[in-house]
Amino acid sequence: MAKVVAVTGNEACANALRQVNPDVCGIYPITPQTDMMQRFASFIADGKVDTEPILVESEHSSMSACIGASAAGGRVVTATSSQGLALMWEMLHIASGDRLPIIMPLVNRALSAPLNIHGDHSDGMGARDTGWIQLWSENAQEAYDNTIQAFRIGEHMDIRLPVMICLDGFIISHSIERMEYLEDDEVKNFVGEFKNMYPLLDLDKPKSYGPLILTDLYHEYKRAQHEVMLKVKDVVLGVAKDFEKLSGRKYGLFESYRLEDADIALVIVNSAAGTSKDVIDEFRSKGIKAGLLKPRLFRPFPYDEVAEALKNTKAVCVMDRADSFGGYGPLFMEISSALYQLKERPLMINKIYGLGGRDYLPSHAELVLNELNEIAQNGKIRTIKEYIGVRE
Amino acid sequence: MKQKGWKDLVPGSVILEGGSAAKFKTGSWRAFRPVWKEEHCIQWVKVKDGKRGEFDYDYCKGCGICALECPGKKGIKAIVMVEEGK
Repeated sequence: MAKVVAVTGNEACANALRQVNPDVCGIYPITPQTDMMQRFASFIADGKVDTEPILVESEHSSMSACIGASAAGGRVVTATSSQGLALMWEMLHIASGDRLPIIMPLVNRALSAPLNIHGDHSDGMGARDTGWIQLWSENAQEAYDNTIQAFRIGEHMDIRLPVMICLDGFIISHSIERMEYLEDDEVKNFVGEFKNMYPLLDLDKPKSYGPLILTDLYHEYKRAQHEVMLKVKDVVLGVAKDFEKLSGRKYGLFESYRLEDADIALVIVNSAAGTSKDVIDEFRSKGIKAGLLKPRLFRPFPYDEVAEALKNTKAVCVMDRADSFGGYGPLFMEISSALYQLKERPLMINKIYGLGGRDYLPSHAELVLNELNEIAQNGKIRTIKEYIGVRE
Repeated sequence: MKQKGWKDLVPGSVILEGGSAAKFKTGSWRAFRPVWKEEHCIQWVKVKDGKRGEFDYDYCKGCGICALECPGKKGIKAIVMVEEGK
């Protein structure tokens, strides 16, 4: 039986980790994630889990400890935000290159400078090319559900890759929402016993991680890494199907909201998608065919499926809560790449919103949908990339 | 020997055997070669049959620690480092 609770996103993720009861957890504080690891540390102290905590002196050390513990043969977790993820940078590539299924909630927060502790997607989008699987979450429920599913995805014997579960800093990590917990036993059975692939602690079979591979084979190893990523989509869908049977909640590669017959569409990830859906409903009630696509699996990116979902629209706005200075927003680049392969494709614009936790309001969605409506009617784009909610 | 393709690789570039470093001859890294001068040797470190071990030039990287630590006889070293190619 599911248990209805009112909790923060951090608390929800900490509870998902408690229910999984991993072997090892690298712990280092950083706003807005701190409270998640603090809660998990309480579970350890109170004997609710058997997890071995490793209290480290930096996120670089945290990810290094996780890599060691995972290669040793443990089920390993950690969590971070912003500068913490940035400091982990080189180790992120090693976790994925070594094919270690480390599970890490990432509470999205802006990157310095200037110093800012609030939610945007600069950290997670910046980790696009680290070889980690990325699941993005609109609310506490999705963050909790994605965290549980991440173990089955990353630890799948055909995959063995680390997974990042993204949720918006403060907006989701610190706001209390109604959501449902699964029973402890249900989660335990769902994720199953941890299976090892090449554990270092199996002393009868000596092995080495992280060898020097130069021009003779490095290119081949990276090609193989891409191939594994291509298998992730099917595993994500398979795990989602099992999760639906357990929870009644349906997950895919992305969420399509009122998109089937839409003329205009927003593409937007995480918490702001919720605000946008309300505005989509208002436009629908005015007779304007508006829809929304909310990516869930960002790496690997489901290009074909996204193109299929958006192919009948006339105009699309991709909303980015992260920026590539001198370039388009990171999500816009993906959606453009997906749609370019179509013979006929919608006109596209890119809006940068909500950097450093700037509020995203229903009025912002209204402005964008009105602009899309005009573009759909007259076929003219004013400016491809613009900032919304910014003072002149 | 046929070179491996990307489908033939162990996931995560893990090496599934112990002692495989023996397959990689590190002697080519060496810039200075240790040379033994028997007349100055007191057989200070005995490895086998009460005698010093031989240099293995397939693996010796030429770090020079042996020459540094060698006490020699009457202040004259029994191991000297000689630049390769000379």
